[in-house]
Amino acid sequence: MSEPTSFTFDAESQALIDAAIAKYPAGKQASAVLPLLDIAQRQMARVAGSAWVPVVAMDEIGRVLDMPSIRVYEIATFYFMFNTKQIGRFHLQVCGTTPCWLRGSDDVARACREATGIKGYGESSEDGMFTLTEVECLGACVNAPVLQVDDDYYEDMDAERVTTLIAALRRGERPTPGSTIGRQSSAPEGGPMTLNTIPAE
Amino acid sequence: MAPSLTVKVTVDGIEVEVPNGSNVLQACEAAGKEIPRFCYHERLSVAGNCRMCLVEIEKAPPKPFASCAYPVNDGMVVHTDTPMVRAARRGVMEFLLINHPLDCPICDQGGECDLQDQSVGYGGDSSRYSEDKRAVLNKDLGPLVKTVMTRCIHCTRCIRFCTEIAGVPEMGATARGESMEVGTYVQKALSSELSGNLVDICPVGALTSKPYAFVARPWELKKTDSIDVLDAVGSAIRVDTRGAEVLRILPRLNEDVNEEWLGDKSRYALDGLKRRRLDTPWVNRDGKLVRATWPEAFAAIAAKLDGMPGDRIGAIAGDLADAEAMIALKDVLASLGSANVDCRQDGAALDAHNPAFYTFNTSIAGIEEADALLIVGSNPRREAPLINARIRKRGLSGRFPVAMIGAEADLTYRVQHLGDTPDVLQTLLDGTHAFAETLAAAKRPMIIVGQGALARPDGAAILASAWALAARTGMLRPDWNGFNVLHTAAARVGGLSLGFASGKTLAQMMNGGVDLLWLLGADEFDTARIGAETFVVYQGHHGDRGAARADVILPGAAYTEKSGTYVSTEGRVQRTAQAAFPPGEAKEDWKILRAFSAMIDRPLPYDTLDGVWARLAAVNPIFHRIDMLPRFGCGDQTGPVSQGAMSAAPFEQVIHNYYMTDPISRASATMAACTEAHRPAPSVAVAAE
Repeated sequence: MSEPTSFTFDAESQALIDAAIAKYPAGKQASAVLPLLDIAQRQMARVAGSAWVPVVAMDEIGRVLDMPSIRVYEIATFYFMFNTKQIGRFHLQVCGTTPCWLRGSDDVARACREATGIKGYGESSEDGMFTLTEVECLGACVNAPVLQVDDDYYEDMDAERVTTLIAALRRGERPTPGSTIGRQSSAPEGGPMTLNTIPAE
Repeated sequence: MAPSLTVKVTVDGIEVEVPNGSNVLQACEAAGKEIPRFCYHERLSVAGNCRMCLVEIEKAPPKPFASCAYPVNDGMVVHTDTPMVRAARRGVMEFLLINHPLDCPICDQGGECDLQDQSVGYGGDSSRYSEDKRAVLNKDLGPLVKTVMTRCIHCTRCIRFCTEIAGVPEMGATARGESMEVGTYVQKALSSELSGNLVDICPVGALTSKPYAFVARPWELKKTDSIDVLDAVGSAIRVDTRGAEVLRILPRLNEDVNEEWLGDKSRYALDGLKRRRLDTPWVNRDGKLVRATWPEAFAAIAAKLDGMPGDRIGAIAGDLADAEAMIALKDVLASLGSANVDCRQDGAALDAHNPAFYTFNTSIAGIEEADALLIVGSNPRREAPLINARIRKRGLSGRFPVAMIGAEADLTYRVQHLGDTPDVLQTLLDGTHAFAETLAAAKRPMIIVGQGALARPDGAAILASAWALAARTGMLRPDWNGFNVLHTAAARVGGLSLGFASGKTLAQMMNGGVDLLWLLGADEFDTARIGAETFVVYQGHHGDRGAARADVILPGAAYTEKSGTYVSTEGRVQRTAQAAFPPGEAKEDWKILRAFSAMIDRPLPYDTLDGVWARLAAVNPIFHRIDMLPRFGCGDQTGPVSQGAMSAAPFEQVIHNYYMTDPISRASATMAACTEAHRPAPSVAVAAE
């Protein structure tokens, strides 16, 4: 799909925008550019099925916040979390930073490619369902390796569980995020290992 | 105790006193030390991102400091040439050169490149970098600025220039790190009349001049300091020539006028100097213009003049006419018994009785002292981009309410649009409009009256009202004159100063009002209004509208080909310098008139340039003070004579297309390309220019 020719915020987004702008003093509304980019990207996901910010949306943000469009472009392109090109329905983000890499992120990435047919990072599957990107540390190192799908973290991944997850996403399901091996949040694997007993007096 | 205004800094053992608030780099310059830099530019905000200006500061953390972004302290001791400084700068240079292509031999910046120069001082003899270099796609910034973005070192000067000086925030740095690119993100031509300055401020070859691409090397060029005449600002320029050809025009520093900037038309219309030139005299024989010699052309005019009463002779000076030619023409006509001369092609109701009625009295630099501004019937962005930039600069430095009466336009700064009809001026004059209080409350208010307000039937009434408003709101004081007329024609103030507006007006010369009409480069009026029986002599350098109607054509010299005196809208008297020779048989204009006067046995009493200059100074003493502009307050509040009442017709823009306003820019292919690039989208209904 090419760039849309127009963009307007819908009512749901507008409520969020008003709340975002209200956080800043009058005249400093341009500070709300990051929340607005996020709101625009989520609206695109909601309405068009792809979480990205087209140029027309950035122009609209510039207009709403009374700031030059180029300043919005600069910010949107600076942060990797904003997609300035169209992506697939699901955004598969593989953490490749050292802890995840040591724990097998290469396998996770390979499984993603095999399950979706994507050739490499930054590309989308032919059916438009998935886009695969490599991201830097997601801060979930204890449960490495981690695969982020849109906003959800799927932790303790391996190739097999990636394949299962992608199959579920294809069916329209959204498995519960978090550890995929039953770990309670980021507690030790296999259950509590310390303070299991009351020490003797 | 009030903080001291200056601080003492020692740079390499030299003690200097610099204003408090200066940065270390300025202190180093005050001490005569040259600090290499790329991102720092004295007229732009400090970015501090190139890191080339590193220095060492005593009693500070033992590390190199970016001198451009480090404020001075009293007693600071700075070293600009220590082993640490040199090593640090070498390191910075090595990083800058990692991705910079070594394509100096094919780069237009070669020979005047900051990176090239500074790498001589701090560059290594060979590169230690063996990885892939990064390559960046070139951006399309329109017909004037050529980009080779792989050469960009990310100094961000162009971004800051667009945002701060030009006021068109269209350039930016997108993405980050290795992927960072400088550009507009969306492909578009820069919508600024000052975009050519990007080429000057770019310290490397990333932004170069598109029309000048691969034309010449700087060391091949002869450089002549001159004055721009394509608008009435009087910008200082440098004309670069090779042989007979003008290859490049660059701004020269003149803090009082153009600072170091130049408008795009003034910079890029130079290819118009080569096209449609009149290089030989022409005479109309049996309804057809045929080539002629000078004596034949003069004889044709003399034959027509024979026995003609002086009252039936008239002359109109064009917008590019120099004072020498105008005084010579006026004197020739006077010798023939005619006083019918006019330099107001647009019929502007300019009152020549008092210079204060037709000049930019506040002066361009004086704009920075003003604290409120009313613009009437003018679009300074199109009529004088550098004055517009000065107004914008004033607006950035503090509260500066600007209001405008006239066609609504984006002037790159906030303007309160009061309306577009003279009624609004009347309400201001009555004091019933809120902005009248703003003006009256201001300490140094100013008004700019454009040609859009004067070149109309009720122009005289509007001029008188504007003056009355100025008097009422305290603009006319012995210590401050806030009344300004903004001209669009370089010749206008010079013509008025010489009294080149007497006898019959242009309108009275039309439709057979005179039998012989001498056009001195006059192309900006509808020549169809000239009576069919009127014999027209066109003296000028381009085959434009005037020449098309002429019976005799006398080829003259353009502003780069003669030493001509011009008076800017401020009343600043300046001289162009001859950088090239006129083509073919063309001659300097006052010499043509001198030769003609001899031929009709009424020789002018001067035959050298010094003689003409003496004559100019005798007519009006302002021609004594070349390049100087004493500023006067307003001692006499008597206004211009008011005639009639103001009509209700809205003010109109006088310049619809900034890029084509005179015979030179109309002949320029570059200006044609700009016109095309900046044409409004076809969906918008606008009359074709």
